[in-house]
Amino acid sequence: MLRLRMMRIYVLAILSLASLFLSCSKDSPSESSQRAKETQVPQHQAELIVLGAMSLTDALTEISQRFEAEERIQVYCNFAGSSTLQRQIEKGAPADVFIAASSKQVEALQRNGWVYAETRQDVLINKLVLVAHIDASLPFAEPRALVQDAIKRIAIGEPNSVPAGIYGKEALMNLGIWDAVQQELVYGLNVRAALAYVESGNVDVGIVYQTDATISKKVKVIYQFPDSSHTPIVYPAVVIKGTKYESLARKFVEYLKTSDTAEIFEKYGFSIAP
Amino acid sequence: MMLTNLEVAALILSVKAALFSLILIFPPGLLVGWVLAKSSFRGKSLLNTVVMLPLVLPPVVSGFFLLMLFSKRGPIGQLLFRLFGLEIVFSELGVVLAISVISFPLLVRGIVTAMQGVSPQLESAARTLGAHPLKVFFTVTLPLSYRGIIGGAILGFSKSLGEFGATMMVAGNIPGKTQTLSLTIFTYIQTGTDASVYRLVLISTVIAFVALWIAERFYFKW
Repeated sequence: MLRLRMMRIYVLAILSLASLFLSCSKDSPSESSQRAKETQVPQHQAELIVLGAMSLTDALTEISQRFEAEERIQVYCNFAGSSTLQRQIEKGAPADVFIAASSKQVEALQRNGWVYAETRQDVLINKLVLVAHIDASLPFAEPRALVQDAIKRIAIGEPNSVPAGIYGKEALMNLGIWDAVQQELVYGLNVRAALAYVESGNVDVGIVYQTDATISKKVKVIYQFPDSSHTPIVYPAVVIKGTKYESLARKFVEYLKTSDTAEIFEKYGFSIAP
Repeated sequence: MMLTNLEVAALILSVKAALFSLILIFPPGLLVGWVLAKSSFRGKSLLNTVVMLPLVLPPVVSGFFLLMLFSKRGPIGQLLFRLFGLEIVFSELGVVLAISVISFPLLVRGIVTAMQGVSPQLESAARTLGAHPLKVFFTVTLPLSYRGIIGGAILGFSKSLGEFGATMMVAGNIPGKTQTLSLTIFTYIQTGTDASVYRLVLISTVIAFVALWIAERFYFKW
């Protein structure tokens, strides 16, 4: 008896929940703001969603604003780790362009046909550098000096999952000092964490990207790993299948290769891919 | 203290989504809390575990499950899209969904604890006097446990404000659209914009403080 009543209440609750959900979606802010936009610029309703690696946040925000102004459309950027973005694309998230921080994710998407492989452009190159605190005075000439006594702790991204850590491990192995410095390594959850360890003075040096070193005012670059010591760090851009605005999306990817955007990327410490 | 337009949008979205989520999950939370506190049945511990799961799982994992279920290629997302043309992923609805799932266990925990504190003798006394179970619920159980329920609701609301792992998975981190205050803070930390981080953390703290203060006032005026 009681259970039957409870069932009834439960069904009622589910129904009311569903109606709440629906009523909310009808005047969800996105639609009402879309409507507002439509009334402002009736002929330009196109909306691009660009998925960008976290490290691109500043540069891509600036670039998309320029593209918005030139094309008179709306560009939304979604920033997260490249593998998060990859998963979102695989689950059919409504998005148009993907710019990853390494080619690994884009290659996986290409293999499974989630993106238009022929639209892929390698936009940027990042470099791997060794940084120390701005006030530190470390005698440093060549990577072998990492083994010296003055350097007790070295921050690096987690060397299996964090891209900067994977590249860093590769570089240290190629330089033949991975085994020697093992005991001194402190793993960061991401490259930002590794940088923060250096900034706060908790480690002596850290292995981060050139772009991180450019943004931070508290660290200085003491060594740049040679390009030959690790897999090239490229940022590929690609158009996602299922985009509603394919030609605009292609145009955006092309736009990333123009001198206008190169200037912005360089401002944030990136190098332009050849 | 000046905020950029995007930060203002994030602030509004955070508060709006947290409030909306609370309204959305409060009735089912009350029901589930009541069931867990006052009845025993087969599968009760299973229900309890399922409800509490988001509390144990890393938010990113909860977010990933939600993404699988609610994306256009997922079973529920497909249905919602076909029937109502709704897209959850990368929308404000996604924000509400993510924070609802993450804060639901906290709400339910508060309600269960509060309702377990209500003496079953009072309730059975009401029932022997002929009161309908619903009437017992509304005239005995609820009035005697409202403090704990409000406490659970505030805890859930606060958790909603701070959530970003699951939100980023389902709703994305789109400035001006689905970027909440906590996602803005996370992004700033990731991109090394320290000054802005402190400013926004201050705002977050003030909101939480005000929410708790209002709740306290509620307690004493009742």
